[in-house]
Amino acid sequence: MSVITPRTDTPEAPPAAPEDSALSRWANEHRKWLFAAPAMAFVAVLIIFPVAWTGYLSLTDAEGSVRAESEFIGFQNYLDVLTDTDRFWPAVWRTVLFTGVVLFFEVVLGMAIALLLWRPFRGEKWVRVAILLPLVATPVAVGMMWRLIFDPNIGMANQLLSWIGIGPQPWLAGQQSALPTTMFIDIWQWTPMVVLILLAGLTSLSDEPQEAARIDGASSWQRFRHVTLPLLMPTVIVAILLRGIDALKTFDILYATKGRGGGSFHEVETLNVYAYGLSFDYNDYGVSSTVLIIFFLIIIGVMWALTYRKKGLGR
Amino acid sequence: MKPSKPYRAFRNSALVVVVFALMAPLLWMIAASFKTNVDIYDTAKAFVFSPSLKNYETVLQQANYLEFIGNSLWVAFAATTLSLVLGVPAAYSMSRFSMKKSALVVLMARVIPGVSLLVPWYYVFSNLKMVGGFTVLILSHMFVSLPLIVYIMMGYFDGLPAELEEAALVDGLTHIGAFRRITLPLSVPGVATAGILSFIFSWNNFMFALVLSGSDTKTLPVAIFDFVGYASIDWGGLMAAATVVTLPIMLIALFVQKYVVSGLTAGATKG
Repeated sequence: MSVITPRTDTPEAPPAAPEDSALSRWANEHRKWLFAAPAMAFVAVLIIFPVAWTGYLSLTDAEGSVRAESEFIGFQNYLDVLTDTDRFWPAVWRTVLFTGVVLFFEVVLGMAIALLLWRPFRGEKWVRVAILLPLVATPVAVGMMWRLIFDPNIGMANQLLSWIGIGPQPWLAGQQSALPTTMFIDIWQWTPMVVLILLAGLTSLSDEPQEAARIDGASSWQRFRHVTLPLLMPTVIVAILLRGIDALKTFDILYATKGRGGGSFHEVETLNVYAYGLSFDYNDYGVSSTVLIIFFLIIIGVMWALTYRKKGLGR
Repeated sequence: MKPSKPYRAFRNSALVVVVFALMAPLLWMIAASFKTNVDIYDTAKAFVFSPSLKNYETVLQQANYLEFIGNSLWVAFAATTLSLVLGVPAAYSMSRFSMKKSALVVLMARVIPGVSLLVPWYYVFSNLKMVGGFTVLILSHMFVSLPLIVYIMMGYFDGLPAELEEAALVDGLTHIGAFRRITLPLSVPGVATAGILSFIFSWNNFMFALVLSGSDTKTLPVAIFDFVGYASIDWGGLMAAATVVTLPIMLIALFVQKYVVSGLTAGATKG
């Protein structure tokens, strides 16, 4: 790349404007902060302050009424939560499992579908419509829709299985099968998101490396593996990052399909569902805040690891 | 280069499977919303049934859904408008002055779990007796909308050449004048993208309304649960309710497909 090119243009003072009043001059001079300040104030008051307060609450025994007095108890909550093998650690495990499984399938299926859609073809418009619809559908309604399809007695899913000679499955109602079924719903709704992101990435790739590899006699798998995939990798990481954050925080479909506490045996209770239940079903704000802070740290850790990897790949 | 014939055949059949897998459940939901509960329980009537509007009557008249539709529209509209007013200028500043750290703070909101906001909000606003009112609900939806709008608009402003504004300055406009008369009109597609996505996310939002809305301010995603009882579920009503919630947003998305796609993939290809 270029070394140092001498600048030929000299920075000029902005010419005096005709509508120049003291106020407008002040506004123009301070426009950087004038423009940014209202949004920053919103973020500070309604986001940073609550997060800081969550941190504080996690060190207290706040519970019951929101007007009740609470006492500062140091790291007792953290000790309790981190040694809780009954609800907390299973919830961590479910969160990790849920996120890992849905991410894997969404990226693999998303990549496959994006590659199918890559080159123009007839009827492309209709396929794109089909890809968009699950993505914008209200997650709670999507949960309800699958609840009917997966109903053990009247659902279409068991009906289909019976036609190919497989007995009825409990799906969402089963203690073992509930979590995988919610994963399936998540994959149905969000694979299209990965498709759209990867498709945007594929379309922005130049054709030349592909052509060069083809002339050199590379097979289509080799071209994908050694040309397309490495060039697409930064976009893949972005897709994983965006989907990963949302998958960790999944709430709507879990609540819609299994209700409070992730079902009667907590079979789909992830960290987000657990924290919500602690706060708004049990009013156990101190412990809930502790879970949230730990959850938050996990999310930040995952994000940091992924962006770190992205930088390494970006060269 | 044209794909080979066997590949085209494979691609077409694979795409048929994909489209079917994505569309069939939605069509099934809509079909069930036109069935009576007796027909839903009767597997012989899975595909052939006499459609009835009874479920929609229940949803729109008995269950008061017209009011909830109004609530959802109002909250989504207000949260989107306010977020645009706050977010667009902020995104402009962050883009033009490379305010990386400030941008990061706003974008962190995308990462924070919503529950960790709800607890302190619930504390403060129930002491102020504001829980159940529209103000808190709209503010909470802005927590999602504002970072989204800043994120999309920053990318959009990054792509607008600064030379246009410099030319306007030479012609005697002030900085703010140049933003108002040159940059903003050029950003209409970006603002539309950001606004539409913010509207969709607000319409679909469930968790905030679950905690912060009252019986008068309930939004549609919360109202769906009216059809789920402990003992039994009114499946027909539930599917009609789910259709009433999703169909409008899916239709909007179809009309402005281009904007929705560009918003969802914003920033994804910059690396």
